[in-house]
Amino acid sequence: MERQIRYQREADLEWAHKFTKHPNCERLLLCIQCGTCSGTCPLSVYMDLTPRQVMAMVREGFRDDVLRSKTIWLCASCYACSVECPQNIKITDIMYRLKREAIQSNLYPKRFPIPVLAQEFCELVRRRGRNSEFWVVFRMAFRSNPFVLLTMARTGWDLWRTGRLSLRMERIQRVNELQYISAASKEVD
Amino acid sequence: MEPSAKYLYYPGCSLKGTGIAYEESLLTTFRLLELPIQELPDWNCCGATTYMSVSETSATLLAARNLALARRTGSRDLLAPCNACYLTLRKSQELVAHYPQIAQETERFLEQAGLPRLDSVRVRHPLEVLYNDVGIERLRELTVRRLQGVRMASYYGCQAVRPYGEVDDPHNPTRMDEILRAVGVEVVDYSLKTKCCGGSHTGTIHDVGVRLNYILLKEAMRRGAQAIVTICPLCQFNLDAYQAEIRKQTGEPMDMPILYLTQVVGWALGGEFRELGLHRAISGRKPVEQWFTAKKEAETYV
Amino acid sequence: MSEQKNGQVRIGVYVCHCGANIADTVDVKAVAEYAATLPGVVVARDYKYMCSDPGQELVQEDIRNLNVNRVVVAACSPSLHENTFRGAAERAGLNPFFVQMVNIREHDSWVHSDREAATEKAKDLVRAAVRRVYFHKPLEKRRVPIHSEVLVVGGGIAGIHAALTVADSGKKVYLVEREPTIGGHMAQYDKTFPTLDCAACILTPKMSAVKAHPNITLWTYSEVVSVDGSVGDYKVVVKRKPRYVREDLCVGCLQCIDTCVFKEPKFDDEFNMGLSKRKPIYIPFPQATPKVVVIDPEACIQLKTGKCKKSCLEACVERGAIDFDQKESYEEIHVGSIIIATGFQTFDPRRMPQYGYGKYPNVYTTLEVERLVNASGPTGGQVVTRDGRVPKSVGIILCVGSRDENTNRWCSRVCCMTSLKLAHLIKEHTGAEVFIFYIDMRAAGKGYEEFYQRVLNEGVHFVRGRVAEITDWALDPSEEGKLVARVEDTNTGFVRRIPLDMVVLAVGLEPQADALNVQRLFGISCSLDGFFLEKHPKLAPAPTYTDGIFIAGVCHGPKDIPDTVMQAGYAAAEAIALADTGYFELEPNTAYIVEEECSGCKSCIPLCPYQAITFNDGKQKAFINEVLCKGCGTCVAACPSGSIKQNLFEDEEIFSEIEGVLAYAQ
Repeated sequence: MERQIRYQREADLEWAHKFTKHPNCERLLLCIQCGTCSGTCPLSVYMDLTPRQVMAMVREGFRDDVLRSKTIWLCASCYACSVECPQNIKITDIMYRLKREAIQSNLYPKRFPIPVLAQEFCELVRRRGRNSEFWVVFRMAFRSNPFVLLTMARTGWDLWRTGRLSLRMERIQRVNELQYISAASKEVD
Repeated sequence: MEPSAKYLYYPGCSLKGTGIAYEESLLTTFRLLELPIQELPDWNCCGATTYMSVSETSATLLAARNLALARRTGSRDLLAPCNACYLTLRKSQELVAHYPQIAQETERFLEQAGLPRLDSVRVRHPLEVLYNDVGIERLRELTVRRLQGVRMASYYGCQAVRPYGEVDDPHNPTRMDEILRAVGVEVVDYSLKTKCCGGSHTGTIHDVGVRLNYILLKEAMRRGAQAIVTICPLCQFNLDAYQAEIRKQTGEPMDMPILYLTQVVGWALGGEFRELGLHRAISGRKPVEQWFTAKKEAETYV
Repeated sequence: MSEQKNGQVRIGVYVCHCGANIADTVDVKAVAEYAATLPGVVVARDYKYMCSDPGQELVQEDIRNLNVNRVVVAACSPSLHENTFRGAAERAGLNPFFVQMVNIREHDSWVHSDREAATEKAKDLVRAAVRRVYFHKPLEKRRVPIHSEVLVVGGGIAGIHAALTVADSGKKVYLVEREPTIGGHMAQYDKTFPTLDCAACILTPKMSAVKAHPNITLWTYSEVVSVDGSVGDYKVVVKRKPRYVREDLCVGCLQCIDTCVFKEPKFDDEFNMGLSKRKPIYIPFPQATPKVVVIDPEACIQLKTGKCKKSCLEACVERGAIDFDQKESYEEIHVGSIIIATGFQTFDPRRMPQYGYGKYPNVYTTLEVERLVNASGPTGGQVVTRDGRVPKSVGIILCVGSRDENTNRWCSRVCCMTSLKLAHLIKEHTGAEVFIFYIDMRAAGKGYEEFYQRVLNEGVHFVRGRVAEITDWALDPSEEGKLVARVEDTNTGFVRRIPLDMVVLAVGLEPQADALNVQRLFGISCSLDGFFLEKHPKLAPAPTYTDGIFIAGVCHGPKDIPDTVMQAGYAAAEAIALADTGYFELEPNTAYIVEEECSGCKSCIPLCPYQAITFNDGKQKAFINEVLCKGCGTCVAACPSGSIKQNLFEDEEIFSEIEGVLAYAQ
């Protein structure tokens, strides 16, 4: 039987404090936990923590819970929550920041396809300046769950016959300019 | 450098692949409207929602490179048809404008890469270009054929109208409805017009993504729509590509054409079936063929 | 009254510690020691709390024993204690205007942290005041007589209560209301929380009392169009809009309404929030006061086209009360003070399209539902949807247009209780499942928490979550034909879809649409939220910064009926006190003209914002009316010959103060 209690020493208040100082995250302190964000989020019914719970946990310093969750990866960045929030909190941008931290701290769920896709995507773009839809999905599937490729066979066929499937590996010409992007400071803290 | 009157077209990664029909219909429509348009040379991926999940600064720089390239060509209007590209490019402008640290990094990067500074490049979207630069009246005048008695639902998606409500109102956008009516389409009342299609989730958490689209398709059918009109390649793909799967799972009939706004407008202005990419439809091929093989009823408006 | 001994100026300087407020930052002892060295200063003291009785005593003793005839008090802001020290001096026999206050708190200790620099600054300020006070003259406060009549603007519960209270004290009251009847929004309510008293039953006796009161002149269907003058002496012009019915002749038999050529009522009934229709000739509700019909010129055929059978005239042939030729008329009244009680409007929920008001017929506002549950409302008290069904599930959404950065930031204070009340009434009328969607449940008044308990006990569902949207698309057969609320129920942690037959939006309270016009008309201020600004939020919530004008009710800020009545009583008490005192003391800081030096150029006359300057043709000189002058200083600065001077701000006084501050630079 699992015991669920949170001791205050587990709460990383310094992290919480620093978090709310970040641009775009400042109004988090004003959250009145009304739940409009979760109510309007199309993905909230699939999330382990609702967006509202994430906001409360960040404020209270429960870093691990949040960074390990699937919730932040389920966010589709539709901005419905940010537009509806009565306190004008930029919830979507907070989700982005949490995603970045989850990767940097290596706490993200390792076999969950979405962060895997994100990293594959960025790898391709970092090196070539463009991504190739087919190759990104292929590599993502390979890394997380190869069987998904089978389920996508029909779609692949449909795209092929309508001339919408490009197998080219895209690349920009002046690739050298990309190195400065990768070298840029990691997080503006 | 003198700003030129051309629209610089930014395809993004989708419009050369799954969204090729968007590119085709966009270029055709602009040609018919006599709007000069040219592809941005050596554009790079904007990063979309994905890069922002990995690094905010790098994501801004990626987007900024495109803005700088646009600046270099001298054009002031960077046209991003994909909702996600549009938002990402716009967002990087806002980040640079409001956060000094990011502005600093951006300046440093542009200097290192030998790119010009970003100023006065406007990020545009085809919906608002059609509405603002062309205008409803002009579209109505130039319409040479109408789709008689075809009902369509306009689907805006999310990132074009949220969070910056510049392309259209975030709660209740109506510009696409107006444009469609101006070119003779009957538009149904569609309350899910800004509900998220799930974006890239159909590729990762497939069932979740498909269900989001099932909801959108079903409601459009309930409202009596015979087609859905979109302005984003990912929305179009999501709504288009999985209808067979939905039919199998639910047993419900579903074969709805998902069209681009530029395809419908392009056709009304006199564009041809193939040059508008209409042959690339996955779902609803029959109705698409029926509607868009023109018996050229040259119905012009007085 | 020893003002000067041997014509010598003897200055006393008092430096206050103000506990730690000043003393922690400024070395008050050093300042006092320094002050003692200044020319003219015969005594300099420092004390912990100058404003206290012993503090004031210090000053008074020195006036009596040391013949101090000029007083400088270095302490807090004069806006707090100038009157205190002037009063103390006066009681010791010294003219109060020989006192000068120096602000070394708000202007020094509270805004600086460097002790040395702050102390030096305090010394500079004291030195300046010492030089200035040397030139002070003995002045007398002007007294302005107060007309005892009072104007009350707005005939809701606030205006009604204020008018009755003032009238009961024997003063004459004008009650001006722009609707055809008094009663305001309270007349629209069914029951009032928490007692569930019938609103009309408790309100109508007061309305009758207003009508019957010998001291109240009731002008309904009227508006204030101009306000001139100042405290004690306001000249107000009231426009009386034409009802096309003679108020003195109509007895309210309502026959004319029956015989109107419109067999069916066709026009939106405003009192019933558009849920029913009325005829062009109508009375807002049965207990309308005065009980006089009114004709809507936008709807009446006779008034619009001149061609009507005028069957109403026939119905009233005996009394002849209907008069299509009636014109608007103007009344000028002279009052001493004004109480503004103009009330509020409700938030327009069309500004929140996600709730579907106006799009889905069965989405209502709380005010509309008040009319539905009311027995004399459009449905006779039956709670039915617009398509005539009795709802089986009703949802009430709180904070619509309140607590929202996107619409109104404030909390409208009454909606939580209103929702509890309506939940109870709806459940009583229909037996439906009632859901209240809230963020917080605010029930702070007397008996309010107990009422919340009562409603909880009745089985109303309380879902803590702000509804994200109301939609009509169904995900489930049970949702077909219903309005679905999608909400995160933060109590259970589930995201829920709740199908409802009827949705009620608890709309927030806002200032009236013309609040800014009213503000300008009366010369008062508004706060950031658009409601009228009080003089002090804690200690003076009814007076405004304009002497003689008071505010009461929701026009000041959202509040419930008990608080409205209390504030109206407060405003009435202030008005009565003003009238009973009979006079108002004004600062003698008025401008005056040195006649010999006036060249008669008339430059000053158009500049005066209070029109206090006139031209004396006989003498060919300008003349300033002391009573109207507010001491703004415009004419003083503008006069080309420098012949206008200002009491308390004479040239010598100002220049010496400047020199005093800058002396360190010499």
